[in-house]
Amino acid sequence: MRPQLLVTPWKVVMTFSNMFRTEDLGYQIGVSLSRAGVGLLIGAGLGLIIGIITGLYRLGEELLDSSLQMLRTVPFLAVVPLFIIWLGIGETPKVVLIALATIFPMYLNTSNGVRNVDKRVVEAADAYGLSRARVTREVVLPLALPQIFTGLRFSLGVSVLALIAAEQINARAGIGFILNQAESYEQVNVLLVCVIIYCVFGLVGDVLVRILEHFAMPWRAGVAAR
Amino acid sequence: MTLALPATSPSNGSTGSPPVAVRVRQVSRAFGTRPVLRSLDLDIHAGQFVALLGASGSGKTTLLRILAGLDVADAGDVLVPKARTVVFQEPRLVQSKRVWRNVTIGWNGRSATRQAAIAALQEVGLADHCDAWPATLSGGEAQRVALARALVRQPQLLLLDEPFAALDALTRLNMQQLISDLCLRHHPAVLIVTHDVEEAILLADRILVLKSGRISLDTGVALDRPRVMGGPGFDQLRLRLLAELGVLDGSEITTGRDPEAQLHHDVDTHAN
Repeated sequence: MRPQLLVTPWKVVMTFSNMFRTEDLGYQIGVSLSRAGVGLLIGAGLGLIIGIITGLYRLGEELLDSSLQMLRTVPFLAVVPLFIIWLGIGETPKVVLIALATIFPMYLNTSNGVRNVDKRVVEAADAYGLSRARVTREVVLPLALPQIFTGLRFSLGVSVLALIAAEQINARAGIGFILNQAESYEQVNVLLVCVIIYCVFGLVGDVLVRILEHFAMPWRAGVAAR
Repeated sequence: MTLALPATSPSNGSTGSPPVAVRVRQVSRAFGTRPVLRSLDLDIHAGQFVALLGASGSGKTTLLRILAGLDVADAGDVLVPKARTVVFQEPRLVQSKRVWRNVTIGWNGRSATRQAAIAALQEVGLADHCDAWPATLSGGEAQRVALARALVRQPQLLLLDEPFAALDALTRLNMQQLISDLCLRHHPAVLIVTHDVEEAILLADRILVLKSGRISLDTGVALDRPRVMGGPGFDQLRLRLLAELGVLDGSEITTGRDPEAQLHHDVDTHAN
């Protein structure tokens, strides 16, 4: 068995530190992260807005929900060739693909969260003279936050997945680019470094959302249901 | 148990009857084809403490919600003061707002002062919880915050929708005492919806029984305050109310009610 097919952990660590010097790994990570970040920002942002609209208004739900549910059934990987034809092979199809993939988890959770806010609390706030806009801002959205954050975490996971798919589209930089090259040269150690980096993206993203959750919802600190 | 609320006199002597806080005329409300309130009339005088009893599904909460402006009558006229507040069966606090912000909810930024909130919380014995999150409060504490939220607006009409139903027996006794004290101090007109006959007798100046969408019994409570559970006057009123609610059969009633009035049946048909 050829030793380069199954490399030792130590070899992977060495490859990792070498790649920082020889291939500017920091820059490549930055390129990938910004793709995922911009895509996530657009996708999750849209999902949030549409989710709030459909959660709040019956009309919004009737207009948007069924079409979104239909779109949701399209596996985003299947539209990669289409995007290449429509949008070329630059950064645009990559970001659009990530955005498309991250809309739905955010949308579903936000819309559900907004709709499931305790109607009785909303009614009380209403009875105590809070305007419609303030009820939405001060009661409905804060109370929907737990589920909105669940949506964000799902979207974040999906964004890494979509990033990997997107970077198969003729990437000239980024982790996907390194991955493709390593594949052609059978550099298992480099491939493993790339896999680990993708893992770390997901993990770090999750930790960031947890920290964000902690600061965005201080009223939940220390009252977790065991 | 004793209650410290002295007799408020609805018949004010010299000036005739006191001003009216609530006037309801010919109010009807139906849900689908099921009529809940039928041409109901009701007056509540300013400062009067009224308890509204009724079997489950008899429409007592519907009436309260109409008075609160949370529901609209299909027909009839409702006259209520603008300054009216509700305490619901659940505290219904906004979990994302600190306790004092919950008390002043709906006020504009400038008028929502901490001082006003703390003063109101002081009255329900929770001033030191003003910066707490609602999720850290016990059920009774949360309900006291809801009470402070209602009282800080100095209502002319206080609407209580089974406010103690979700509390344990001990907390309930304390809350009854507290409501009684606070109403003595602020003297709003009060309508409390309850299914607890003893509670109604202990607290109220006047007790109404709602049946088949109408007020079937309207009686003053002639007992001296502070009131205690039991005693001949108390028991007699209690039995009379229970009979009206259809919970007792005739044999238990000493006031001579017709035993053939099958009131159990009545309760069943109105239950949800």
